[in-house]
Formats: sequence, C-alpha cells, structure tokens
Amino acid sequence: MIEFANFTDTSDGKNRRLSFSGGLTLARMGDLPKRLSAVEGAVNQIDLSEVDRVDTVGAWLIYRLGKDQNAIICGASDDTRHLIGQVAKADEPVKMRPEPLNPVLRVLQEVGDSTTTAMQTLYGLLGFFGAILIAIAGVMRHPSRFRVNAVIQRFELVGVKALGIVGLMSFLIGIVIAQQGAVQLSQFGAESLTVNLIGRITTRELGVLMTAIMVAGRSGSAFAAQIGTMKLNEEIDAMRTIGVSPIEALVLPRLLAGILMMPLLAFYAMIVTMLGGGIFCWLSLDIPPITYVQLLREVIPMTDLAVGMTKAPVFGAIIAITGCFQGMLVEGNAEEVGLKTTAAVVQAIFLVIVLDAFFAVFFTWIGWV
Amino acid sequence: MNLNDPIAIRVRGIVNRFGAQTVHDGVDLDVRNGEILGVVGGSGTGKSVLMRSIIGLKTPEAGEVEIFGESMLNREEDEALAIRKRWGVLFQGGALFSTLTVAENVQVPLREFYPELDQDLLDEIAAYKVVITGLPADAGPKYPSELSGGMKKRAGLARALALDPLLLFLDEPTAGLDPIGAAAFDELTLSLKKTLGLTVFLITHDLDTLYAICDRVAVLADKKVIAVGTIDELLALDHPWIQEYFNGPRGRAATAAIDRKVKIEA
Repeated sequence: MIEFANFTDTSDGKNRRLSFSGGLTLARMGDLPKRLSAVEGAVNQIDLSEVDRVDTVGAWLIYRLGKDQNAIICGASDDTRHLIGQVAKADEPVKMRPEPLNPVLRVLQEVGDSTTTAMQTLYGLLGFFGAILIAIAGVMRHPSRFRVNAVIQRFELVGVKALGIVGLMSFLIGIVIAQQGAVQLSQFGAESLTVNLIGRITTRELGVLMTAIMVAGRSGSAFAAQIGTMKLNEEIDAMRTIGVSPIEALVLPRLLAGILMMPLLAFYAMIVTMLGGGIFCWLSLDIPPITYVQLLREVIPMTDLAVGMTKAPVFGAIIAITGCFQGMLVEGNAEEVGLKTTAAVVQAIFLVIVLDAFFAVFFTWIGWV
Repeated sequence: MNLNDPIAIRVRGIVNRFGAQTVHDGVDLDVRNGEILGVVGGSGTGKSVLMRSIIGLKTPEAGEVEIFGESMLNREEDEALAIRKRWGVLFQGGALFSTLTVAENVQVPLREFYPELDQDLLDEIAAYKVVITGLPADAGPKYPSELSGGMKKRAGLARALALDPLLLFLDEPTAGLDPIGAAAFDELTLSLKKTLGLTVFLITHDLDTLYAICDRVAVLADKKVIAVGTIDELLALDHPWIQEYFNGPRGRAATAAIDRKVKIEA
C-alpha cells in the first residue's frame, strides 16, 4: 500500500528543504495542496527521493512549487523528471471561463436578446407557415409525393393511441362537472338543469379544449422532440441533400394528423364526458339514462356541436405547427431539445386558449349562442 | 486490486447477444499491463460492444471480465466505483457533456471523486490537461457545440485523463481527424503511455496508428478474438481477413509510409 503524500520541512541554516514522501498521486493527495499553500518563506530545495509514485497532478504541484519558490528539484527518478517536464511544457495561460459581464449591460443584453428572439420566432413562424403552404401546393401538383404511410402512422400515434387517456380524462371531467353543477344548482332546486350544464359546456367548450390540451401535451411535445432530435443528428440536413423536403416528409403528415384527429378525438371526448355526467345523474340525481339522453337532445342546439367541431381542426393545426416549428428551431445540444419541447407545449396551449377566446366572441357575434 | 498484475484486463468467454443476433460468442482477451493493445475488426464485429462490456456499460450474457485481478461483473456499485476511478474512456464522438464548457467537462470526474480539491487547483489541473491534449489555450470556456470534431476528441481525451487513470479506453480516437492531427494524437497517446505507464485499449481502423503505436493487435472476427500479437506475428498467420486487412491496398500504403519514415530516420 502506498502511503499518503506528506512532506517534512527542514533547514540547515543555509538551505531550506521540503522532503516529500508517499504517493504524489490524486488518490493519495489528501490535504497536501492546502498544506503546501500554507508554507511560508523561501524554499531552496525540493527532495523527491522518498516519493513512491507520481502522477500528473503530483508533478504539477511539484512543478508549481518549484516555479513559485525558484527551488531546485532533486532526488527525482527519471520517470518523475520526465513527467514534470511534460507538465512544465503544458504550463500556458489557459482561459477557464467566459469573461463576466457588467450586470447592467447583462440585463440590457438579455432584454434585447429576448426581444429579438420573440420577433424572430414570430417571423420564423410566419415563414414556416408559408413553407407549409408551399409544400401543400407542391404535394397537390405531384400527388405521388404524398406520404400515405407516414400519415397513417401519425393518425395512429396522435389519434388511436390517445383514445385511452382522452377517454379516461373526459369521463372523470364529466363526473366532476355533474357533481359540482348538481351541488350548486340544488340550492335553487334546479338539479335537472345539470343536464343542460353538462351537455352545453361539453359540446361548446370543454370537450375540444381539454382534448387540445391533452393532444398538445402528448403529441405536440412528441413532434418537437422527434424533429429536434433529428435536427441534432443532422437527419434533416441529410434529407435536404437527398432532395427530400423535410416539410413534406415530416411536417405535413403531422399537420394532417393534427387537423383530422383533433375533431375525432374531440367528438369522442364530448360523448365520453356526457357519459360520465350521465352516470352521475343516474346514480345521484335519479335521472334514468333514457330521460338523460332525451333531455340532452332537447337542450343542446346543433350549433353547439358546430361550434365545437369548427374549433377542433384549427386547434389541431396550431398544436402540430408549433410542435414542428419548435422542433425545427433546435440547434446545438441536447438541452435545446428539452427547452424547445417545453416551448412547443406552452405556446400551443397558450395559442389554443387565445384562439378559443376569439372563437367565443365570434360565435356569439354570428348568433350561435 | 493488484496494480502490478501483469495482466491489466482479462476477458474470458464473453457472450453478447442483441435479440437473436449473436455479436460475441466466447471472446477471450488479455491486455498486458503497460501495453497499447489495438483492437481491429470489420464493421459490426462488436469492437465497441466489447469495450462497453469491459467498462460495465453492457452486462454480457455470459463470461468473465477482470480488471487488475478484480472481477467486474455483478459488483456492488460502490466497489465498482473504486475501480472506475482507475480508468478513463474516450467515446467515439467525444461524448462531452453538452451543457458544460470544456474546462468544466474536464473537472467533472475530479469533482465527483475528489470533492475536497479547491477550485484553484481544479482550474490548474484542467488547464494543463487542456494543453497536454493539444487544445488551444482559449478552448477552456467553449461549449462542445462550438468545437470541431477533432477538438471534441481532444477535449474528450482531456476528460478521460482527468483522474490520471492507469487504464485508458479509446474508441476510434483518430477517426475523422486530419493526418497531422491524427499523427499528433498518436504521439500524444504514446508519450502518455510512457510517462504515466498507461495501459491503453485502443479500438481503431487507422492502420497508421496500429503501426505507429500499438504493441500488440487483437483481431475480432467470427464472433471471437481470432488472433492477438504484434503485426509481424499476425502477418505470419494464414487467415484471409487478416491478410486482406494488412496486405490490402491501404495496408501496403501504411507499411510503405512506415518504411519511408524508418529510412529518413536512418
């Protein structure tokens, strides 16, 4: 076993000598660096004759001590001397970290950076939208370039595989709406209006909105992460050089899946929500299923369904476009993929809710209330 | 752990499968202490998989791996850690942590295993490692995405050397480097081996590297190590792949280059 690194400090009046012993290696270093830096006064000689093993860290410490104190190194074996020589050759001023910036300047710089980033994102999104339109026109002129398999695969991932989670979520939301609604409405003796509440809120708003949020979290994030990773692997560049348009091959199938699957999922979500609410009404409010369905048919105008189903494909398109766009923005390192995926989900949900507000105003304006 | 064991890495009967595909079927290999062992083989013969099995990133289906006489398979995590300190690994693409600068990358293993080192010493160590591996002095604060392929390799090597390991695993260190850079990398490996007494496990396709620095070469083919020896010993064997490898057009070119160099030096 090699001893821990140690040194003794001796002086014969004229010369002060530090004699090292043990292993001058990283593993056997212990607190030697701290004790060495605590040595005060001039040292003339460094004796290494008792040292067992030296690695580059040990060699570096000895070299630095020798340089700082202008001391002579003696008793070193050939290997050790060679190693110290190697380390000495590597002694160059090396920059370790980026230059720190003035805090005021930094705040200014970050504000400026965020502003330009926001503007560039907006500009980029516009450009991306244009590229998608061009790709759509291209595919229309050359229908053979349409990738049926890729589209069907996206249908499965975005639509079919989401049925379970969207169904479960909708069912539970149906129960919650019915339960909360019944509690409040019973104060006015109007429990039977619970059916109106469930039917209308589901078809007009919640069915689509909750599905959009779920699809943004499930598929929008997946789009961003998939495309971002492909971007990092230079797969997108490879596609371009081969002559395959990444917009056609990657974005269009996802966009189409978003536009077509969202209405289907939203409709499914509406039905399941009403089912959940119906079960609560049956068990808790003694409204039998047949009456519940009859009531639903009476209270929900067809325009409500139209409102919901008009919004669904738009939301689907927004989720798909933000997801793909953020994926395309990935550059540099793996951390970017995570950041852009988060951005894709946040932006998609934000845009969906903003648009939902516009839709609400619009439909009221045209009289679909 | 006996650091003076004449055999640094002992591999016995390794079997590796991916699904139905068998990559290794009974690989035996000894890496002697203090040598540079080159590992060659066609693409897909499992050179990288062998390395991953040795360093514990992949558990083989069967077989035994010993490092300095210590069995490496089915170890407790903290025991394995003590052995892991003894080696450095350079992956094919460098595998630098992309969110850290080069200097921070080099300091990661030091911080992990020796938290008592103070920041100044860490900086000094990172600085000379950066210079020793031939990186320019302004590379310290750069992020991996700002480096060229060759610089990534050097930064990866600087990180692999951070703990002054006894064992160095290099996965195609010179692939993608220009000839001058590759030659410098070879010399660097050789000089590190001489000064630090390193044992090097080197996966390469670079015939110049094999001729220039490898003490012995192991050939992976037919799911086994079919031969280990110096290049001259391998050339004496009558295996078609080995003959093709060393006596093909590129093999002859590398030999000619070595001959020229010897003549100039003589």
